[in-house]
Amino acid sequence: MVEWTDFERATIQEIFSKIDSGVVGPAAISRCLIVYPWTQRYFGSFGNLYNAAAITSNPKVAAHGKVVIAGLEKALKNMDDIKNTYKDLSVLHSEKLRVDPDNFNLLADCLTIVVASQMGQAFTADVQAAFQKFLAVVVASLRKQYH
Amino acid sequence: MTSLTAKDKNTVKAFWAKISPNAAAIGADAFSRMLVVYPQTKTYFAHWKDLSPGSAPVKKHGATVMGGVADAVAKIDNLTAGLLNLSELHAFTLRVDPANFKILAHNMLVVLAITFPNDFTPEVHVSMDKFLAAVALALSEKYR
Repeated sequence: MVEWTDFERATIQEIFSKIDSGVVGPAAISRCLIVYPWTQRYFGSFGNLYNAAAITSNPKVAAHGKVVIAGLEKALKNMDDIKNTYKDLSVLHSEKLRVDPDNFNLLADCLTIVVASQMGQAFTADVQAAFQKFLAVVVASLRKQYH
Repeated sequence: MTSLTAKDKNTVKAFWAKISPNAAAIGADAFSRMLVVYPQTKTYFAHWKDLSPGSAPVKKHGATVMGGVADAVAKIDNLTAGLLNLSELHAFTLRVDPANFKILAHNMLVVLAITFPNDFTPEVHVSMDKFLAAVALALSEKYR
């Protein structure tokens, strides 16, 4: 089981209360599709992903960003059992969506960078460490049902 | 991975002009973060008395590393040749596992996102990420 310190719990809750989730989700997904263009392979039905401007203004991309953040908020509410909370999501990503799980790390890095730019100086090294630990647990839980 | 296009090089040079007045501080922050967020990287610095963020050796080394990156920007048209001495240093003397170059690059990008929330657009991000990956590759050249 994952051990969270009081600092980590409080910090992670605080991050989600401080950030604008309507902005962070879409920004992180579009950044991922731009910086790591091979991730576009999973979004064939999203229409125009031709260039950075198209990706950033694509409404399906934005909608999906919000779906991803909602998923993270679910983990946030169940920090002591993210693995089981994410069981169905893991099966979905492995068996239906067939996402290469290495891509989860790419999105996690983009989320870190977007949150950093939103929080500015408040995103200290300790805050970054807590956030990246949370994302690492989320990623590990999403990988769990891949066989 | 992919080589730097003319657009990438121009983007990196233009963004570097914004970075360079604060390069030492940015380097120090990125380096401190790496030691905190990826504690395994501390194993390379066991000979330092103080590894805490903001300590003198950490700040100095962050500035040194950024000096290397500045050099790489100047030699962006031939990184392998330009960074030969640094590659030999890292390969034969320091023997840093090249996986760590990626870790430090990530922390540099985080600090750039914090320092330049509006200028560090996705387009700048992709060019900087490619550039730092190319630098890492040039640094790994002499390893084996």
